Amino acid sequence: MAKLPANEVLKECVDGEMAMSAADIQLDDQGRLRHFIAIEGLPRALLTQILDNAERFAPVGDRTVKKVPLLRGRTVANLFFEPSTRTRTTFDLAAKRLSADVLNLNIEASSTKKGESLADTLRNLEAMQCDMFVVRHQVSGAAHFIAQQVAPYISVINGGDGRHEHPTQGMLDAFTIRRHKQDFTRLKIAIVGDVAHSRVARSNIQALKILGVPDLRVVGPKTLIPPAIDAMGVTVYDDLDEGIRDCDVVITLRLQQERMQSALLPSAHEYFREYGLTADRMRLAAPDAIVMHPGPINRGVEIDSAVADGAQSVILQQVTYGIAVRMAVMAMILGSQAQAGAA
Amino acid sequence: MQYDIEALIHTMAEQLQTRLGAAGIGSPALVGIRTGGVWVAERLRAHLGLAEPLGELNIAFYRDDFSRIGIHPTVEPSVLPFDVDGRDLILVDDILYTGRTVRAAMNEIFDYGRPRSIQLVVLFDRSGRELPIEAQVVGAHLSLQPGEHAKLTGPSSLSLEIHRTRA
Repeated sequence: MAKLPANEVLKECVDGEMAMSAADIQLDDQGRLRHFIAIEGLPRALLTQILDNAERFAPVGDRTVKKVPLLRGRTVANLFFEPSTRTRTTFDLAAKRLSADVLNLNIEASSTKKGESLADTLRNLEAMQCDMFVVRHQVSGAAHFIAQQVAPYISVINGGDGRHEHPTQGMLDAFTIRRHKQDFTRLKIAIVGDVAHSRVARSNIQALKILGVPDLRVVGPKTLIPPAIDAMGVTVYDDLDEGIRDCDVVITLRLQQERMQSALLPSAHEYFREYGLTADRMRLAAPDAIVMHPGPINRGVEIDSAVADGAQSVILQQVTYGIAVRMAVMAMILGSQAQAGAA
Repeated sequence: MQYDIEALIHTMAEQLQTRLGAAGIGSPALVGIRTGGVWVAERLRAHLGLAEPLGELNIAFYRDDFSRIGIHPTVEPSVLPFDVDGRDLILVDDILYTGRTVRAAMNEIFDYGRPRSIQLVVLFDRSGRELPIEAQVVGAHLSLQPGEHAKLTGPSSLSLEIHRTRA
């Protein structure tokens, strides 16, 4: 393979024939999770199974010895082509709490700078006998592409690809919602902010639709809402007050600073005035509504500190639950690998 | 064979009481292995008059067969509602067979702390041990043919079912 920088290889694939639907490679012939690339297309029973397993892993974090021996001797490589703190560290902790060994590779800073192609990087990691790659990349479709390229004994988890999906974030948000609200089929949920550029929003919408949320809304300025989003079964609001009215859950999205520079938005100040979640506005939501945010928070831009740190905020619980959800996904995937190998 | 399981548990509780007295253990804590062990442990707790709630172990994350059969699809997590450090534990299971479940249970207990002692109490002991593990109190010994499997059903009324599988 030619020595192309990783991004160029991927852009060619994504722009070319490659289908974005990952459903065909995620499940093995028994319907077990083989890779975790996208929530789109997965059956409700499988999502429920992930949530149930996460429920079993959650208490491990409350113990003195925060470790179970399930994945002893397995090797997980975190391949981060894009900077991340929360996602990388919680994948790292999840793997370690399952007793796996973890490699953390900040690829942007290493091989690709020296001109090594993505394919060569992958071959080298295979030669190190890794069992699982957790991939974060700025290009949509990257994790899917890598899952197609790697040796059959390696599983891939998508830790966020471009604007496409961030499936473990989608599942940890669903887990947080289920912990607080139990039954998905009675909920009104609003996702507020930069939906157009948000893989978190996409994974949230997929997960919550599959889990049966009847009233799912996206709220934001028209420049930050993808035009055909209502095809995903959501209702679009450009007025925040209307959008969060009576909602049980309000998910705020991070507003990336570069959106302001690209003329999609006038200023952070103006954005906050129109779409910033404040305590006053939260009074329009259901009295027992919870507030979520995938982090990192821009205080005073998409959310006011009084709300982010307030009694209705479950933002830090999302971080804690993220570990249990990632443990569940890793254990399920490596478990189905083991079963396939034993069969 | 039919067993009067409630009578067996009553006798086990008496034996256990005697053992605990002889060992000078005044405040033991009960830990049942899910699911059958918990049913037996609940009854023992009532017989012994222990006020403290039961510990319940789900050893799914400590089994030694993950590499062959993956993650077990049970839902309830382990709950040990007391500090294990320095406690005298009574570990309860329904059927002692290969000993692998008890090995896994002890490994899990040690991830919660360092108990002062562990006694093993089982309702039924059947042959086929693969590890050097024995129970201190046994309700009854089962003699099963190769290919026969025993299972405790409950929880309101406990009874033993014997299944035969073709090897």
